[in-house]
Order: sequence, then structure tokens, then C-alpha cells
Amino acid sequence: MEKAKLQEYWKINLGYLIGLLVTWFVVSYGFGILLAEPLNAIRLGGFKLGFWFAQQGSIYVFVVLIFVYVALMNKLDKKFDVHED
Amino acid sequence: MSVQVWTYLIVGLTFAIYIGIAIWAKAGSTKEFYVAGAGVSPIMNGMATAADWMSAASFISMAGLISFMGYDGSVYLMGWTGGYVLLALLLAPYLRKFGKFTVPDFVGDRYYSNVARTVAVISALFVSFTYVAGQMRGVGVVFSRFLEVDINTGIILGMTIVFFYAVLGGMKGITYTQVAQYWVLIFAYMVPAIFLSIMIAGNAIPQFGFGGMGSDGVYLLDKLDNLHTELGFAPYTTGSKPMIDVFAITVALMVGTAGLPHVIVRFFTVPKVRDARISAGWALIFIALLYTTAPAIATFARLNLIDTVSNQAYAELPGWFKKWEKTGLLAWMDKNGDGKIQYLGKKANGGDPFEGKKPEFTKETGKSGELLMSNKPTDNANELYIDKDIMVLANPEIGRLPNWVIALVAAGGLAAALSTAAGLLLVISTSVSHDLIKKQINPNISEKAELMYARIAVGVAIMIAGYFGINPPGFVAEVVAFAFGLAAASFFPIIILGIFSKRMNKEGAITGMITGLVFTAAYIVYFKFMNPGMNNPDHWLLGISPEGIGTVGMMINFVVSFVVSRITPAPPEEIQELVDSLRYPKGAGEASAH
Repeated sequence: MEKAKLQEYWKINLGYLIGLLVTWFVVSYGFGILLAEPLNAIRLGGFKLGFWFAQQGSIYVFVVLIFVYVALMNKLDKKFDVHED
Repeated sequence: MSVQVWTYLIVGLTFAIYIGIAIWAKAGSTKEFYVAGAGVSPIMNGMATAADWMSAASFISMAGLISFMGYDGSVYLMGWTGGYVLLALLLAPYLRKFGKFTVPDFVGDRYYSNVARTVAVISALFVSFTYVAGQMRGVGVVFSRFLEVDINTGIILGMTIVFFYAVLGGMKGITYTQVAQYWVLIFAYMVPAIFLSIMIAGNAIPQFGFGGMGSDGVYLLDKLDNLHTELGFAPYTTGSKPMIDVFAITVALMVGTAGLPHVIVRFFTVPKVRDARISAGWALIFIALLYTTAPAIATFARLNLIDTVSNQAYAELPGWFKKWEKTGLLAWMDKNGDGKIQYLGKKANGGDPFEGKKPEFTKETGKSGELLMSNKPTDNANELYIDKDIMVLANPEIGRLPNWVIALVAAGGLAAALSTAAGLLLVISTSVSHDLIKKQINPNISEKAELMYARIAVGVAIMIAGYFGINPPGFVAEVVAFAFGLAAASFFPIIILGIFSKRMNKEGAITGMITGLVFTAAYIVYFKFMNPGMNNPDHWLLGISPEGIGTVGMMINFVVSFVVSRITPAPPEEIQELVDSLRYPKGAGEASAH
């Protein structure tokens, strides 16, 4: 495949990475640590929200992020014909 | 049937399964031995990764740690799961495309330098050895507590089992044993958690249960916060560590996870690049099951403990207290002679109940029937000593669960320790037979001879690990936690830069790796070994503890390698092409050896 197309593929990949890593940062370091105190004023049943993000929510989001990336990349690989067999 | 009989039965059965798998999965080539022939399905690899990852510490100690630290314990929950996002997005697919056997392989080839390869081998060996010694100790502890054999006998038994399947099957044997071990450990973890959740919160799902109410209609976490304030502990849901330190420790653990050689190498075992991505996702699901349950157990156990012991007369305590008192995980010193247990935190004139790290029982009993200690009492009012491991180990008894559940916890603890030990031993043996012998000392070695060296290296590594398990140097426990900081400060930046920056060259990588490593190690050694008296926030750099300093080391590594690479020559043409090829999945093909 020609170089320009591969560079475009790589650029889109980097775009996905930035978006997903920003989310990754916001739910864990943002909601779970830096903003935990103000968020604790909000309740989710018996949980204070900041505490919930630190001990539960961030982990759930981590799992979702990986599967979103897998789906995005499988599609992208096909589109640019760089997928395996 | 008694607990003893159940334990022998269940542990014996799981061991028979592991040995059976070892015979079935015998490795015939170096490729099978190092990366299981790169033919492991992504879900299987996810399970194996999860078992590999979750050590005796995750299984036995983590819930207890969180129980005592409350919110501050979140660093472990986020830190030991968030790294998988980095793995799946930034490392695993590219390293799989690279398609060799080890992390030093990548470092050596990408940076066209045997110096870089050697630094990587040394780091990999150091990280893996400190880790594995801790696992062997864990095996011994579980054996001695549940089967009432001597710790050393337990370690030798564990060594024999690991020896059998690691030497015979290499990565192939280890992978399929780890799959079985995952099931054993997760079942053993979930059963008591679910029972406890039903008992305390009336909800069968622990993840929801600890946000629910007890039978008195008060939210459990609110109740815990109130109890903590009343007894002089920091509030459970807000904690007391400075924010910057919580932040730094979480980064160090996350990045360290993504930089640990025994975790990275698991992604060399799947057939394709896209398998490597999704495999990290499966691994995290399997890990998250335990990691989201742990804080629930922590909350239940903490409440239960305070309810059961605080201001209660020793003579009226349930049987489990006295049973675990004998193991030294619990101890009570009746300082004011009232026959009741005072359990108090620092803000209510509490603190360590006595001097010394562990209770030293004198074999005499006091007037309430408690075991007396020779430790000197401290002058605060707290009377209770609790080891964090009690929270998971005693759970089945606290919940009055049947004997087979107690036996299951023993088998689970062993599965967690053995699976992690095996993964680490393989990294050690591969480093020796592949990275050192094949790649540096004797490149013309035959496949058969290399395989033999790999098997010998596993054998020797098991002996050394066993030796450290039996004669633990005092610093093992301390050092294991720092393995993450060191991995974060050495491997992670240069792997990332090796993939995402074509301009990155060997000069940058080597200086970056060495400065990151030296800075982090020096900081840790200074505060932990040379000047432990100064190990407090007043003296720390930016208020960051030695546990979190790997984060700073990592940043130094990034900056140094970036700057040095810009003022030294660009890497050769073929290396830039190699980086290009890493970025596109097509043509990953075989895990080509040479």
C-alpha cells in the first residue's frame, strides 16, 4: 500500500488513542482523585460519587475503553486493508 | 468432614489437575516453550494473564489493605487495573506485530544495541526475582495456615509442583495451567464474598451490596464513616493521604503494570495483532471481577470486625477470633485491665498497641484467657493488633460458611501464588537461555540445546526462588512494591517511544533507561534503607512517597531520552522501517524467532 494511505491510517489511530486516553484519565485521575472531594457531595445510593469512581466506576470504564478500541481498530484495519487474512 | 480433610481433598484435586495439564501440554520447541507456539486463543490468554497477574498479594492481602486504608486503598484498585488500558492501546498490538519472544528482544532490536538489550535483561531479572520470592513465601504461608505443615515443607511442595509443569511445558504448560488456576482462584474469592454480601447487605452481588443498607436501614458506608470518626480513624470514604501522593502512586502502579515483563510477554502468545488487543480486554474483565469485589469485601469485613470486637468482652468473642489469635494475625493486650477490647485510631489516643512489628506470644494466658505477649505496650489506649491478611483468610469463618469454603480459599490462595510464580520463572529462564545465551553468548546454538538451557534455567530459578522463600531477606516485601516503580521508570518510556517516535535512537534509550532507573532506585534506597527516619511527607520530593516516585522517574526517563535522541544521530534507515511495520497489523504472521 502507498505511504500516504498508511500515514492516514496511523493518524486516525492516534486520534482514537488520544480520545480514549483522555477518557481514561478523566474517570480515574479526574473523577477518582482530583475531583473526588466535590463529587463526593453527589450520592449514588449508598456511594459517594468520587469514592465510587475510585473503587468501582473507573474499573468498569477501563474495560469498556478497551473493547471500544478493539471495535474501532477492527473496522479501521478492514477499511485500510491492513487486517490480517 | 473437617476443614483439614476438605483442604487436603480440594488442594490435592487442584494439584492433580495442574499436573495432568502439564503432561498434556509438553513443549516440543523453543517457540512452544517461550510463547506457547503463539497459538493461544484470546480468551484463554486473557484468563491466563489474569491468573498470572493476580498474585498471592492480590488474593490474600489486597482486600485487607483496602479495609484498613479505605479510600486511600483505591490506589491499588485503579493502579492495578488501569495499566491494562495502556497495554491494550499502546503496547500489546505493536509488540505482537514485532513478533519475537521477550521484552529485551524488542529493546535490543529496536535500539540496535546489545548494551540496551543487556540493561533490559538485568532489569527484567531484577524485577522478576524480587517478585517471585514473595510468591514462594505466599505458597508457604498458605500451606502452613491451612494444612498445618511447616512453612518450609509448604515451599518445597509448591516448588515441586511449579518445577513439574514449568520445566515440562514451558509457556504452553504454564498458560493452560493458569487458565485452570484462574477458575480456582476466582471461585474461591467470589463464594465467600457473595455469602457475606447476602448476610450483611441482603444483596447477592457484592459490587452493589456495599453501596446498600444493613438491616438497620443505614447505608453501610455511612455507618462505617461514623464508626471510624467515633473511634478516631480517618473517615473510610475520604482517606488521609495527600492528593499528590495518591496521584503519583496510582500512576506508578498503572505504568508499572504495563511495563512488567511477565505481563507483556503474555501478549506474544496469541496468533494475531487483533488478538493481542482483545486479549487485554478479556484479561481486564477477568481481573476486574476480583478487583471490583475486593472493595466490597473490604467494607463488609471492616464493619464486621468493628461490630464484633469494639468494646466487647474478650470472653464473649466468637470462636474465629481465638483461632486466628493463635496464628498471630490477631492479638489483644488488655492494657487497662477491663476485659474488653478497645480498638482506637490515632485521633482517639490510639495507634500501634505495642512495640515491635509482630506479636511475640509468651505461651501464657491472661485473666480473660487471651494470649499474653512479651512486646512492650505503647502508651496509647488501643489494645488490638490486626494483620491485614485476616480479612480474606478469616472471611469464611466470620460468615459461618461451611468447611469446604474454607478449603476452597486455601486452594485459591495457592492457585494465585503458583500461577504468578510460574509466569515469573518463565521470564527469568527466557532471559537467560534466549536473551543471554542465544542472542549474546552463542548465537549458533541449536534449537534443542537452547530448549535444554531454558529448562535448566527454570530449574535453577525455582531453586533460587525457593531459597529466598525459605530464608526471606527482610527487604523482599518492601521491594516487591517497588518493582512497579522500577518497571515504570525503565521499560515503559523506551517501549512507548520505540513505537511512537521513529526518531528515537539508542543513545536516547540507554541514557533514559539508566537515569530513570538510577533516580528511582536511589530515592527508594535513600528513604527505605539509609534514612528510614526521614521517610515522611516533610522530606519527600514534592510530597511524593517512595511508592509513587516511579512516576517521577518515568518522566525523567521520557525527558532525558527525548532530549538526548535529538542531539545525537537519527537511527538507521532499516530501524525506521521496522517502526513503520510495527504500526500496521498486516503480515504479523508467525512469531518469527530469528
